[in-house]
Amino acid sequence: MAQAQAARETFRERIAKRTQHGDGIFWGLTLFFALLVIVLVFAILWVTWSDSQQARERFGLAFFTSGEWNPVETEVNPVSFGAMPAIVGTLISSAIALILAAPVAIGIGIFLAELCPPAIRTPLSFMVELLAAIPSVIYGVWGVMVFAPFFTQNVARPMSETIGQIVPWLGGNVASGRGLLIAGIILSIMILPTIAAITRDVLTLVPNTQREVMLALGATRWEVIWLSVVPYARAGIIGAVMLGLGRALGETMAATMLVGNRPQVPETLFEPATTAAALVASELVNSQTLIHESALVLIALALFAITLLLNLSARLLIWYMNRGPVGRTRA
Amino acid sequence: MSLKSSASPNYSRRKAIDVMMRSLVFVATGLAIVPLVLIIGYVIVIGGGALNWEFFTDIYQPPMQVSMPDLGPIDPNDPFANLDLGSLVGGEPGTGQEGANDEKGADILEAPARGGVFHGIVGTLLITTVALIIATPIGIMAGIFLSEFPDNSVATTVRFASDVLSGAPSIIVGVTAYILIVNAKGADGQPLGFAGIAGSIALTFLMVPTITRTTEEVLKLVPEATREAALAMGATTWYSTFTVVVPTALSGIVTGVMLAFARGAGETAPLIMTVLGSNVLMTNLFEPMAALPLITYRYTESPFPSENTLAWGSAFVLMMLVLLVNILVRIATRNRLRMR
Amino acid sequence: MQRHLVRPVLLMIAFVLFMSTFVITAPSQAQTQPTPTPRPEVTPTRPRATPTPRPRRTPTPRPQAATPTAQPTAPAAWAPRQISGVALQGSGATFPNPLYQAWISVYKNVVPGVTISYQAVGSGQGQRDFIRYLTDFGGTDSALPADRIAAEAPDTLHVPMVIGAVVPTYNLPGLPAGTVLRFSPETLSGIYLGEITRWNDPKIVADNPGVPLPDLSITPVYRSDSSGTTAIWTDYLAKVSEAWRTRVGAGTTVRWPAGIGAPGNAGVAGTVVRTEGAIGYVEQAFAIGNRLPVPAVKNAAGNYVLPTPETVSAAAAGVTIPEDLRFSITNPQGANSYPIAGLTWILIRSQTYTDVPKAQALTDFLYWCLTEGQGAAVRLGYVQLPTEVRLKAMAQLNKVRVRGEQVFTTPPR
Repeated sequence: MAQAQAARETFRERIAKRTQHGDGIFWGLTLFFALLVIVLVFAILWVTWSDSQQARERFGLAFFTSGEWNPVETEVNPVSFGAMPAIVGTLISSAIALILAAPVAIGIGIFLAELCPPAIRTPLSFMVELLAAIPSVIYGVWGVMVFAPFFTQNVARPMSETIGQIVPWLGGNVASGRGLLIAGIILSIMILPTIAAITRDVLTLVPNTQREVMLALGATRWEVIWLSVVPYARAGIIGAVMLGLGRALGETMAATMLVGNRPQVPETLFEPATTAAALVASELVNSQTLIHESALVLIALALFAITLLLNLSARLLIWYMNRGPVGRTRA
Repeated sequence: MSLKSSASPNYSRRKAIDVMMRSLVFVATGLAIVPLVLIIGYVIVIGGGALNWEFFTDIYQPPMQVSMPDLGPIDPNDPFANLDLGSLVGGEPGTGQEGANDEKGADILEAPARGGVFHGIVGTLLITTVALIIATPIGIMAGIFLSEFPDNSVATTVRFASDVLSGAPSIIVGVTAYILIVNAKGADGQPLGFAGIAGSIALTFLMVPTITRTTEEVLKLVPEATREAALAMGATTWYSTFTVVVPTALSGIVTGVMLAFARGAGETAPLIMTVLGSNVLMTNLFEPMAALPLITYRYTESPFPSENTLAWGSAFVLMMLVLLVNILVRIATRNRLRMR
Repeated sequence: MQRHLVRPVLLMIAFVLFMSTFVITAPSQAQTQPTPTPRPEVTPTRPRATPTPRPRRTPTPRPQAATPTAQPTAPAAWAPRQISGVALQGSGATFPNPLYQAWISVYKNVVPGVTISYQAVGSGQGQRDFIRYLTDFGGTDSALPADRIAAEAPDTLHVPMVIGAVVPTYNLPGLPAGTVLRFSPETLSGIYLGEITRWNDPKIVADNPGVPLPDLSITPVYRSDSSGTTAIWTDYLAKVSEAWRTRVGAGTTVRWPAGIGAPGNAGVAGTVVRTEGAIGYVEQAFAIGNRLPVPAVKNAAGNYVLPTPETVSAAAAGVTIPEDLRFSITNPQGANSYPIAGLTWILIRSQTYTDVPKAQALTDFLYWCLTEGQGAAVRLGYVQLPTEVRLKAMAQLNKVRVRGEQVFTTPPR
């Protein structure tokens, strides 16, 4: 008996000896893979930085403010690379997307968090999140084949003929069916679930005392939400909007298919234009010269840097809102 | 004193605002559901109409075909058998003569859809699965690190990096993979070229954050008591993690992996730059391959109905894939959500 | 099995089954490569009936050669080598894409062991992919400029395959049935410069007396990608319009003064189909294949000509053919010549291929296209190369060498 126990002891000791460094290896191994995630981000930054070297050295910061994008030398137009059309297009289409999506999405978040009957809360949340899961190329297909003709005929044309006479940037020829406005509308549908889901999450985190205090003072349900819950979650909601903006800035496929791909600053919202992501997507594989490719990679790098900064600020805001480090968000 | 008289003087206005705003947000939610229904509906109806056995099993067939007379009998029922476009171009312009263009072109336009997307399905499955194989270990181990050692600067940076990656424009990872792999000079001085594996690596960038985040979430939900019980039995941290904690959270991790798969399968921009696309069935990952999102993108604007049908059909397949994965995930996690 | 593992394992099995339904229900790869039966699988009873109110044309025996030049056939003894296990990758112009896809589809029956994939992504990307050794061959309608060849890919060979006509097709509802418009160089350049903005502009009316043109705005459509078709079109406009030459110029990408962009010949055709009042320049096959009208264009001699095989061949006649086979045929002087036509080339390497079977398969395929395939070209709305050009193209194939060894010899005639 004692002998068997002694045998088992040594077996257990043997296991213990073999695994006494196990925790260290465990820590090292998981740390390695965690660092790999950081390495992935740095890989993107390093690769785009080095490949855009030629453009950075030749143009400098003036690259982003000059307005001529003419990548191919012809007798008439000298080669010039200016990112202004791409930047203007990106900013305008994202602004349109935000203006359209933010109020609706915040409303959805408020509804789902505060006013929705619990029975339908989960299915409704699910359906809103399903919008985020649809691949962007399907948004593009639907936009091109279904939405664009309908919109051009029924909304753009009347708008151009009525308001367009007064406001020049809403007028002009709408026949193309492409442009910043239509791209902005589809983008707004795409960022809607992002903002709505985060808003709903931060609103659920607001402590109940906020609501109870207002109710005790005799506020209506809307006043409770608008005057007490939402201001408490203000930072988080702004963070949500910023994350939505980040998604709109970087959206590629739907923008490429709907924006018209004309690398010039448009005069109306119905004229074809371009966005940074669309420009890179359509021209990088066609680029014939190294400087052209380098300029496009520089635009991609700038886009990445901006989304990085936006993410950072949004994360800090949500962190501030939660008074602590944030583990995750449903971006 | 009735309640009404004790109410504040502007109560009716406040109540009106209350009702109005509450119904407004309700309408806003409906507004979000409308495009969802429209998009899914159109894709199902038009895309679903494109599906048949040939669609799933055949590869690309060009919309305009010819048959070489010395290659065997011609099927008289085949609308393309005697297509002869070159010998006819309109009557005298401006005179109103019947243009023969009309008839010939009509045969192409009215012919049934040709070809299929089998090569695209195989390509998408291969590329996304390889990307998943690369991304899953990274994501799970990083998630384990974040849940076991949560409060240090490395962990915060890793969380930030993973959020940056998940919010990154997909064109960026395409550009990165293009520069790193497609353009990089190989041993014989010639670049690797377009390859399925380059697309897989591009997709890895996008999948890792999803898996990391989900793994961390579910691991944090495992109650401390479970870990402590394992430790009390004399297990080391790593042993208890891998044999007790992770298996408890396994269903959540699997859902994260499935979500990453759905996300990767739907991405187009990374594939444009790294995987040229192909019209034939190609299973060699070091050559250009076809992929469903590429087929959708390339043939959307095509005027040929057969190619257009391919675009809608592959949009349908993609959509179904994504929807089914999301619904499966939802069903699997509903208990977990209810507990929260 | 432990309880808490049941659900995840079931989930994974469900997931794997779901994925495998796609793969299991399909035949294996060996079967998808067509067996050497002459026709691709065409069952007379299709699941979907062709809706056709118009009477079906009964197949009439076709004349063997409906072309002005003699039907080119390879000498009786020649057949492509039966190489197996080779995959050829090409990318490039959308201009000849319907033809190339048709050729590839038939060639699968001729040499089943060779898999050819050609992606129509535009001449610009085709040139770029070829120069960077990302593809085996490239398709382009715009010949590479000499300095670029010398600097980046000195062993490039241009092999012309076929001539195609670029037509300014349009979408104008409300015209009497069968009416086809006529355009002069002034109207075409005016439209694309943005100076002519409505269809009932006096200049267009002058070209088309008696045709009731509606008061509709014109939307010019151009190529948003780098395109050889654009090169042919702008080359023509630069030759006929001083304003165009000084303000816009010619090239695969230009700064368009007006209009909207679409990717590929297919994209331009699709946009014209979907936009009322649009006009776009596409290769003829794309117009005919989509029931878009093919208008007549006024040539340098002052005659309105339609792009028929005769008129397009006339455009190529009388041009001095350089040794490297890179030349343009826009705006020729002949009385019966169609003014907007161009060659399309396949780019191959003369010295830097490393794989002998691949080079052999490629040269065999190109020779087959230049001989057996020319009939198909005509049937699809392209135009055969003149005999002299075709012979020189075949001679180019002899120059392909792998490590110094020639891989192809033109059979004696």
